[in-house]
Amino acid sequence: MTDVLERQDDSERLLLDATTSRSRKVRNCVASIWMVGSLVVAMVPLAFVIGYVVVKGIGLINVTWFTEDIQARSREAGGGMAPAIVGTLLITGAATLMAVPLGILGAIYLNEYGGKGRTAGLIRFMSDVMTGVPSIVMGLFVYTVFTLTFGLNGLGGALALACLMLPIVIRSTEEMLKLVPDELRDGSYALGNRKWRTVTTVVLPAAFGGIVSGVMLAIARAAGETAPLVFTIGAARALNPNLLDGANAALSLQIFNNSQSPFPASQDRAWAAALTLVAIVFLFTIAARVVSARVARRHSA
Amino acid sequence: MASPSTEVPDASPPNADPTYGSGAELIAAGRVNRGDQAFRGVALVAGLTVLVILAMIAVSTTREAWPAFQDQGLSFITTNDWVPAEGRFGALAFIYGTILVSVLALIFAVPISVGIALYANEAAPQRFKSSVVYVMDLLAAIPSVVYGLWGILVFAPNVKGVYEAVGGFFEGWPVLGTIFGPTSSGRSFMTAGLILAVMITPIVTSLSREVIATVPSAQREAAYGMGATRWEMIRAAVLPWSRGGIVGAVMLGLGRAMGETIAVALVIGSNPQITADLFAPGDAMAAVIVNQFGEASGLFRSALIGLGVVLFGITIIVNVSARGIVSRFDRRIAGS
Repeated sequence: MTDVLERQDDSERLLLDATTSRSRKVRNCVASIWMVGSLVVAMVPLAFVIGYVVVKGIGLINVTWFTEDIQARSREAGGGMAPAIVGTLLITGAATLMAVPLGILGAIYLNEYGGKGRTAGLIRFMSDVMTGVPSIVMGLFVYTVFTLTFGLNGLGGALALACLMLPIVIRSTEEMLKLVPDELRDGSYALGNRKWRTVTTVVLPAAFGGIVSGVMLAIARAAGETAPLVFTIGAARALNPNLLDGANAALSLQIFNNSQSPFPASQDRAWAAALTLVAIVFLFTIAARVVSARVARRHSA
Repeated sequence: MASPSTEVPDASPPNADPTYGSGAELIAAGRVNRGDQAFRGVALVAGLTVLVILAMIAVSTTREAWPAFQDQGLSFITTNDWVPAEGRFGALAFIYGTILVSVLALIFAVPISVGIALYANEAAPQRFKSSVVYVMDLLAAIPSVVYGLWGILVFAPNVKGVYEAVGGFFEGWPVLGTIFGPTSSGRSFMTAGLILAVMITPIVTSLSREVIATVPSAQREAAYGMGATRWEMIRAAVLPWSRGGIVGAVMLGLGRAMGETIAVALVIGSNPQITADLFAPGDAMAAVIVNQFGEASGLFRSALIGLGVVLFGITIIVNVSARGIVSRFDRRIAGS
């Protein structure tokens, strides 16, 4: 651990220096450069991507961007992105409503009932596997079971995103339930509470902060997804607040389509949509961090 | 625990922690409660949805893809002949592209990810640690399509010159001349691999960090106590311990890279060909599905869904083996 290093006295360091051969020092130095360099290398694309998105996207962000429908002629500037912003929020929101209760219940089964049993082990393993299923496969899946029958609409997109979120919510919630000390459960039982009451009134509230943080990370992940929406929501240019009827729009899909256009006006729209989407996603990511940091502080206190 | 009621067989299912649960057992032993049973049932059903969804994915996509599988037979995955207009669907070039691009991504991402993980756990000053996590969080949070947008409009046009310079330098060399061959637009296997590397770095880093964090500090201190430098300590105490877990992390990264769709679809160049030239445009399974689905119908659409089935199968295999490695590793930690 680093604290070992930090505890080292100067005298110890001098001794180490004196007894360490030159080639060992050089190798140690090269390794340190590799480790620090890796971090620097990883930060370069982050800085570039965020920088480009902000600089190129900020120009179109004004009131009309948030209020007007999407420009139909890709050569021309103008129009807004309201249908896509609303679509992304509604579709992601509906996916959250489907995935979060199911995910939390699943996690309750894993941690409070299933324990080390075989069923729980299988569900746990398969949730891990499901987090690795490509989002495009989720899209194709919903296309085959839902879109072929009910047509292109927002609900199909929400279903696909919910499939993506479900395993993430299950696994992160289970980790949080594990952290709830058993003394709390025992205390609740001692008061005569049954297990389901203990879980709903003691365990869940105790883990609430951590669960919220995990859910927000899942929302951030889902909001940025494109592939599951390509097959399921269609392409609307006007605001459609009804997820059950008619094609919808999403920011990610707008970025995807506009980025392939040769026209600068469309490319500008792609950058501005990217800025909007990144802002939404970062908001959720940072909020999740803040919540989990607060939870961690409370635990350590 | 003197009460005779604890002798009654436990009506409640086993608890997560075998040493705990006496309270629940005491209550459950008295009467079987309907509310408890119902709640357990609902929770179980919620957990089982995962299995149901996975099974449904396999069944429903395979059923839609069946006409194509039946029509093409094994040539679907063994020939490189993708002419939708004439009903020929040989997807080998896409499979080749997916594997090539993912392997390229791993070649770039693994040394960097392990380096960052080691830095964060072994070398970073305490106050930098959280900022490393922060950077990784933000990298992971940027949506695939935004990387793709940056890749197609900024990275590919600018990296083209670099490819040409490298290709020119190696021109005429035996092997390297083929690998670093001519480029057309900057959109290529290499560009897709580089963008993917950025995208999988956060997941490989965070999993490797978790694994490295389990190395007992006694091992580290023993190495330091024998006069090891930090690098010698890492080689002697950290890496041998965490090798298995890091392999698992890398395989999960591989699974993620293979399924990544949008960014690859934008920067790979959409040209189904099998070539060793990394600077040439290619195509990948996920990318071709998303790029061609809009114009597809009938057997064509069925073949694209079939590609999804193949992709699903490959990623499941990669993920199951990766999880197997990681969980074996977890058990070792638990047993130690």
